[in-house]
Amino acid sequence: MGLALFYVKKFFKIVRNEVLVLPSRVVVGLFFIVLLGLPLITQDPYIVRIVILTSIFAILAASWDLLSGFTGQMNFGHALFFGVGAYSSALINLHAHIPPWGSVPLGAVVAVLAGLIVGIPCLRLKHTYLALTTLAFPIILTGIIFALPQYTGGEFGLSGVTRFTNSLIGNYYLHVVTMLVTAVVMWKITDSNTGIIFHAIREDELAVKASGINTTRYKLLAFSLSGFFAGIAGGLYAHYMRIAGPSTLEVSMSFMVVIWAIFGGAATIYGPIGAVFILYPLLEFFRIWPEYRTMIFAAVVLVILLYMPEGLIHWIRDKIETECPRCKIRNAATRKTCRVCTAGLD
Amino acid sequence: MNILITGLITGSMLALLAIGFSLIFGVARIVNIAHTAFYMVAAYCIYYLSVRVGLNPLLSMLTAVAAVTVLGLLVYKFLIDPIREHEGAVLIATIALAMVFQEVTLRLFTGDYRTVDFLITGFFTVGGVKVFYQQLLTFGVVLVTLGAVWFLLMKTRLGLAIRSMAEDREVANLMGMNESRLAMITLGISVALAGLTGAVLAPLTVLNPYMWMEPLIIMMAVVVLGGLGSIKGSFVAAFILGFTEALVVFLVPKGAFLKGSVALTIMILVLLIRPEGLFGVSFEEER
Repeated sequence: MGLALFYVKKFFKIVRNEVLVLPSRVVVGLFFIVLLGLPLITQDPYIVRIVILTSIFAILAASWDLLSGFTGQMNFGHALFFGVGAYSSALINLHAHIPPWGSVPLGAVVAVLAGLIVGIPCLRLKHTYLALTTLAFPIILTGIIFALPQYTGGEFGLSGVTRFTNSLIGNYYLHVVTMLVTAVVMWKITDSNTGIIFHAIREDELAVKASGINTTRYKLLAFSLSGFFAGIAGGLYAHYMRIAGPSTLEVSMSFMVVIWAIFGGAATIYGPIGAVFILYPLLEFFRIWPEYRTMIFAAVVLVILLYMPEGLIHWIRDKIETECPRCKIRNAATRKTCRVCTAGLD
Repeated sequence: MNILITGLITGSMLALLAIGFSLIFGVARIVNIAHTAFYMVAAYCIYYLSVRVGLNPLLSMLTAVAAVTVLGLLVYKFLIDPIREHEGAVLIATIALAMVFQEVTLRLFTGDYRTVDFLITGFFTVGGVKVFYQQLLTFGVVLVTLGAVWFLLMKTRLGLAIRSMAEDREVANLMGMNESRLAMITLGISVALAGLTGAVLAPLTVLNPYMWMEPLIIMMAVVVLGGLGSIKGSFVAAFILGFTEALVVFLVPKGAFLKGSVALTIMILVLLIRPEGLFGVSFEEER
């Protein structure tokens, strides 16, 4: 009893001293609470469906960020991992009759293999060469899928994939919790030593090499991690939509991922997730003018970029927080002095 | 014979597009995804002017190229130039631009397939295959344009400035070349090339608002295969990929699905052996 009380007290202390002092942390906390509590407010199937799809794409955008935002290996073919995850988990589910609990992780493992297959030839390439080469892979795979319709279903895709559960709320929590967990895992990875090395590779690969770090191994690690998470997203998508079609491999899908991630702010993990949660429901909202939907969407992206080229979430964060000039700790923008070292801010 | 003609036409189209794309990349480091969207806009301009308004086809082509160039310059000035330092932002700005162009054409002309009349009609037969004069004309225009671009780059002061800017921006800047003006001019040339491609190709293809997607990818493959910033490389790679596509389409069953795959596989295989493309020079690491 005393122990439990101790942990409850410790929890409140952490909340008061570490979370409530920074607006961005408060926002993240609210985000978790709202997402987890949403079914209490509304159980409208349409809203639930949008949130589920948003969560799936949030995983995808964050996994792009893990690879391209952090290590700077511009991947223009991220739909490859998504599509491979979707197709392989659908194939495993349809032919081996493995339930979704098994087929999604297996599909993600196949996507890791895809990550390695793409990663190894791309090790020697840099910058734009890399970006344009990775763009090619999903298109090659699409060609193969169209050419072998007896195994892949051709342009109609594989349908009849089983769902996780048929209950609305069950599906909701499954996808949202998976998204939150994978997001935290990705954020932890980027916050660890590995993440620092990823960051360093983007800034100056030569210097990292000179520091005795095997950059090849870390780049492949980034490719396979990113492939794994994107594969999970793909598997979830296939099982939720009950179909794995060539649309998961489209060029526009790859472009969309890049738009989401850069719009939110690259190399942050939370940026792309926030961007998906803003842009995807926005795109759905524009269905009220179906003819102008894509146009408005593109215009919004263009205008926002013009004013916040660093990314939306970065921009907001800089507005509500300032960095202490002496100890580099972040403070709420309303404070006059730093909350740790009491140096004057501004 | 069919293979030869299709290969030549595809190759010449790709060469023009790829050279424009690699020019603007070399000078301003802009990966212009909207490049082929300009090509689409030019083709639609011609359709509008010659079919709807009823202008003389030749005149409408010239107007279309000019209009597209002006459009490109305006877009660059107001949307790309302010965010030039942020590479990622420029990248997705061009993607968004391409989407805007696609949607606007979709609104104005609907998604129906459109065709444009031939500039000159008639054909002759070689080895049992019809060769349209229009195809010959297209090929001729492409060759002349390529020659002009080569002359511009190699023999004029402007070309020298463009090439030196592509080689080393800082030093070129120190030598008194106005970077942003040069970027503007290069963008103009590059978009004009895209417009011209649309102009000469419009009669030979079917127009629809999604026509920019497919050449975009193959064009990028050409640029990478030939080496970024190398005119000769783009030219050779364009014909390699153009002929590969034609061969696959005519000789392999279900080739139409596989043509992109085969072309891109060739690109990847070449890059495995030569990471900087066929004729590319490896750029100095920029820090």
